[in-house]
Amino acid sequence: MQNQPDSRGHFGEFGGRYVAETLMPALLELAQAYQQARRDPKFRSELEKYSREYVGRPTPLFFAANLTAKLGGAKIYLKREDLCHTGAHKANNALGQALLAVRMGKERIIAETGAGQHGVAAATMAALFRRQCEVFMGAIDVERQALNVFRMKLLGAKVQPVDSGSRSLKDAMSEALRDWTASVRNSYYLIGSAAGPHPYPMIVRDFQTVIGKETRRQIVKLEGRLPDVLIACVNGGSNAIGLMHPFVQDRDVRMYFVEAGGLGLNGWQHAATLTAGHPGVLHGNRTLLLQDELGQIRETHSVAAGLDYPGVGPELAYLKESGRAEYAVVTDAEAVAAFQLLCGTEGIIPALESSHAIAHAARLAPTLPKERIIIVNLSGRGDKDMNTVARACGVTLREGA
Amino acid sequence: MPHGGRIARKFLELRARNEAALIPFIVAGDPDIATTRRLVLELEARGADLIELGVPFSDPMADGPANQRAIARGLEAGASLPAILSLVSELRQATQIPLILFGYFNPYLHYGCERFCRDAAIAGVDAILVIDLPPEESAELLKPARANGLDLIYLLAPTTPLERSRRIARSASGFLYYVSVTGVTGVRSEVGSDVESKVRELRTVSDLPIGVGFGISTPQQAAKVANFADAVVVGSAISTLIEQQMASGDAVAAAGGLVGSLKDAMRAAHRTITAPAVS
Repeated sequence: MQNQPDSRGHFGEFGGRYVAETLMPALLELAQAYQQARRDPKFRSELEKYSREYVGRPTPLFFAANLTAKLGGAKIYLKREDLCHTGAHKANNALGQALLAVRMGKERIIAETGAGQHGVAAATMAALFRRQCEVFMGAIDVERQALNVFRMKLLGAKVQPVDSGSRSLKDAMSEALRDWTASVRNSYYLIGSAAGPHPYPMIVRDFQTVIGKETRRQIVKLEGRLPDVLIACVNGGSNAIGLMHPFVQDRDVRMYFVEAGGLGLNGWQHAATLTAGHPGVLHGNRTLLLQDELGQIRETHSVAAGLDYPGVGPELAYLKESGRAEYAVVTDAEAVAAFQLLCGTEGIIPALESSHAIAHAARLAPTLPKERIIIVNLSGRGDKDMNTVARACGVTLREGA
Repeated sequence: MPHGGRIARKFLELRARNEAALIPFIVAGDPDIATTRRLVLELEARGADLIELGVPFSDPMADGPANQRAIARGLEAGASLPAILSLVSELRQATQIPLILFGYFNPYLHYGCERFCRDAAIAGVDAILVIDLPPEESAELLKPARANGLDLIYLLAPTTPLERSRRIARSASGFLYYVSVTGVTGVRSEVGSDVESKVRELRTVSDLPIGVGFGISTPQQAAKVANFADAVVVGSAISTLIEQQMASGDAVAAAGGLVGSLKDAMRAAHRTITAPAVS
């Protein structure tokens, strides 16, 4: 199960390469370049150096004593990816792929972003390695993530608002693919999640497994054993697969993917793909998708822009279908409550995306004995979400106030 | 209908007249299914040789703005796969023009590849072109397509190396579709000068007719491509005309006018084809 995908990028029935012919040679070239890079000690040592000195790895594994005491059950640890440079786990992947882009001699980096965290990470790495950068972002997300848009622009990236379709992450990804189709010779498409056509789900996962590898070492050092439960929020799922992939063979470790339940599962105002999706093909890969009875992709909703996407990475779809991973759904209201809970108990402001994982941990911990260990991936910090949370709390923020 | 019947026959006819095929692309359901039916008949009357019917998909990643909007209008008008297959059945009462369904994989996958190919063949579809289905992933559609006598047409791009073109050509039937630009569908100001040499190169890997599409919109461009290719595909320019005429004009007559002028220009082209005839 840990040896997935196969040589053509399939995770069981999922994955693969479903793209226009123009992009096929580029994907084959990328797969080859990545295979060479991962075996190259120079590439690996450069990645490690920048991870340590620029991203700030390793990130701490923090025992959330106050939260644990308040919930009264299993011990909760937080893997502090919010402390990565740029404020989220996205930096791990952006760094790795930017190094790959440099190695491949690509002058321009394009990226898509939802909440803006991946856009910021891509713009950051582009600035560091002196590449041009263009970030596609749904028009709705441009509005709700104004702070990150400003950050990207300061970093020298061009932010391209996308007005088609649902004007969120799904359409940003389509637009990035359109751009790449036209600029494939000189541009590197830096995909932000463990999704898209092969080899991206594999590349992104590999760069993000630094989270799980560190967590494994850290928890063994702190507790002398592996955890009982891992929890991460999921949409594309790069933070989840990054935490969990190194534990896939450890059958005693339960893995929870937590999805965005939005306004609830009764209608379609959610992004709970593992729960309500069906197999299909979108954005270059075969995976679970939220779609209607005719195979048209549904529009989604989540209070967390980074979870507002109707698909999930193919490896996650595979882990769910094979029964290895469990999944749960957290609504917008529960996520906002968990956001406030973590602020108040631990003095940590989590991203709204990560708050979904916290909410599920808060549900689960009281049902487990005190000696059990839960690790939650705190995938990002919540500065970007201040306006959204303030609105949800009925507060209006004014400039200069 | 035997495998590749209508398409192969059409190319034989055209070769005999030393003419390139004109293949207009229209999105099914743009602006509604009834108009699509009238459009197909009008375009045929004005010189279309084959017709590509776009199957709308919510996320058309390989299409530019004009076709994206046409696809959105098609979806709005309810152009689902079952509705499009009914339209083709109805059209078969009136015309034998070869019809190619052009779209993205997910609606077919959702319908079921085997069921889709069977129903498409019964309805009178001749070929399928799936933009986001490279040969590497196409086994599940290729098998039922062949079993039901449908051609599966593949795209070749400027970025496709010759050896890969050779492999793709081996799986293809009907014709090879060369994408003349590195990019999405849409009108371009001129046809790249390397298109002719690329088409000539492709003739060394396959005896199938070679069509050129993406970026062609004017009679001059169509005539230029008709000099060296076996088929010319024009899409976004027609989608744009339909959009412009929707409010007040007659979209069917306007599209027919464009197709007529494209075909006239192509007939006047100085063709220099030296490839072997299709067998």
